[in-house]
Amino acid sequence: MGKRGKTPEIKVTDLAIGYDDRVLMENLNFEVYPGEIFFIMGGSGCGKSTLLKHLIGLYEPKRGDIVIRGRSIVNATEELRMEIMRSFGVTYQGGALFGSLTVAENVAMPLEEYTDLSASEIAAVVESKLALVGLAGFGDLMPAELSGGMCKRAGLARALALDPKLLFFDEPSAGLDPVSSAELDRLILDLRGHLGATVVVISHELDSVMSIADRIIMLDKQARGIIAEGDPRELRDAATEAAVRRFLTRDGMKA
Amino acid sequence: MDAATKQAWKDLGWKLAAPVVFIGAVTLALPALFGKHGLRKREILYYLDLCGVRSVSIVVLICLLMGAVMGMQAAMQLRKVGTEIFIVDIVGLAVFKEFGPLMVAMIATGRAGSAFAAEIGTMKVNEEISALRTMGIRPEEYLVLPKLIAMLIAMPLLATIGDIAGIVGGMAVGVTYLDLPLAVYWERTIQALSAMTFLLGIVKCAVFAILISLCGCYCGFSAEGDAQGVGRGATRAVVSSIFFVVVADAILTLLYSFIGY
Repeated sequence: MGKRGKTPEIKVTDLAIGYDDRVLMENLNFEVYPGEIFFIMGGSGCGKSTLLKHLIGLYEPKRGDIVIRGRSIVNATEELRMEIMRSFGVTYQGGALFGSLTVAENVAMPLEEYTDLSASEIAAVVESKLALVGLAGFGDLMPAELSGGMCKRAGLARALALDPKLLFFDEPSAGLDPVSSAELDRLILDLRGHLGATVVVISHELDSVMSIADRIIMLDKQARGIIAEGDPRELRDAATEAAVRRFLTRDGMKA
Repeated sequence: MDAATKQAWKDLGWKLAAPVVFIGAVTLALPALFGKHGLRKREILYYLDLCGVRSVSIVVLICLLMGAVMGMQAAMQLRKVGTEIFIVDIVGLAVFKEFGPLMVAMIATGRAGSAFAAEIGTMKVNEEISALRTMGIRPEEYLVLPKLIAMLIAMPLLATIGDIAGIVGGMAVGVTYLDLPLAVYWERTIQALSAMTFLLGIVKCAVFAILISLCGCYCGFSAEGDAQGVGRGATRAVVSSIFFVVVADAILTLLYSFIGY
C-alpha cells in the first residue's frame, strides 16, 4: 500500500534509464495512484519520452523496477509483459495510426486481436469510442486525411478500445493550437471522470499542467533525476529550487 | 584496450547480433500462424497482389527477353559447329535452373524488398511499431509473417511464369534465327528438362523469397531517425538482398551439383 492508503497503479523503484552505455536518469522513485492525472515534466531532451518508453515496457531499464498494477514489467516474461501492455492504453505524439487502415479499422484492431466480438459489435464499440473523442462519423477516413489534433484523438480512441484503466499520453499538446490543446485537456479530464482512468502525461505545456494535473514530477538533465514532485500549483508557489521555479513560473525566467 | 576501441568492438558485436535476434524473433512468432488469427489472410492477399500479381508483366517481359538473348548468344556459337539443336538444352536448363529464379529474385528485390523496408521503416519512424508492441502485438507476427508467406507463394509462381516466358523467348530465336521447326524445338525441350530440374529451380526461388523478405523487413526495423533513414533502409534492403540471393544461389548450385543436377 502506498502513502495515500491505496495500492499504486505504477510504482517506480530506483530506476536508471538510458540507451546504449548512456545513463540519462537514475535513482528515479515515484508512484502513481488510481484516478490521478500525473504529469512527467522537464525540458526538451531531458529524457521524458525515454522514461515513458521504459514505463510502457518498450525499453529495458539499466537498473531498478517498474511495477504496473502489481506486476513488474521489468522482470516479466515476454508473455506476461505483453499481457501487462494490453492492460493499458498509449497515445503517441503523432497518433501513430496505421496508415494503411482507416480510422475505424485502427480503432477496431485491438478488439479484433483480443476479443471474440462479432463484426457488428466491434463496429458499435468503434463508433462509441470515436464519439467519445469527438470523431463520430470520421471512421471511414484514412489517417492521412486527418488533422494533427484529429490523429491524436483517433489514437486515443484506439488506446481506449479495450477500456484500459491506465492511460499514457506522450506530449498530447505538441503541435496543437491552444484551443485544440485545451479541448484535449478537457477530454483527459472527462476520461478520468467517466472511466475512472489513471492518466500519465508526458508534457512541458504549463497551461495543461496547471489546469488538469493532480501531481507532477519534474526531471532535470543536469541532476539526472527528479528535482521536484507534488501538486504543480503548490510547487509553483512554494518551490525554492531555481530550476523548478524557472519552469513553473514565467516570472521565474527572470530569477 | 582504450574506451573507443572497446566501444567499437561492442558496436560491431551488436551489429552482428541484431540480425540473429531478428531471425529469432521471427521464429518465435511462427506458432502464431496456428493461433487465433492464423494466416492473416487479408494481409497475405494484399502482399500477394503487391509482390505477385503486379510483378507478372515485368517478369514475363524480362524472362522472355532473357531467354531470347541467351538463345541468340548460344545460337551464334552453336551454328559455327553445326549443333544448333542444343540451343534448346542451353536455354531450357539455364532458364529453369538459374535465370528464371534469379531474374524473379531481382525483380522481387526491387519491388518487394525495398517496399517492405520502406513500409516498416516508415511505421517505425511514426511510432506505429511501438503502438503495435504496446497493444501486445508482436510486430514480427503482424508485419513479417504475412509478407514472408505471400513471398513464399508468389515467387515460385512468378518463377514458373518466368520459366515459361524464358523458354518461349529461346524458342522464338530457335525457330526464327536457326530455322528449327517448332515441333522439334518443343520435343527437345520436353526431353531436356525434367520435373526435378523445374523443382530445384522452385526450391531456389523459395529460399530467395525467405532471404528477400527477411532482408527487407530487417532493414525496415533497423531504420533510424527520419525519412532519410527510411530511404537508407530501403537501399540497404536491396543491396543486402541481392548479395544474399547471389550467395545462396552459389551454395545451392554447388549442392545441386553434388546430387547430380
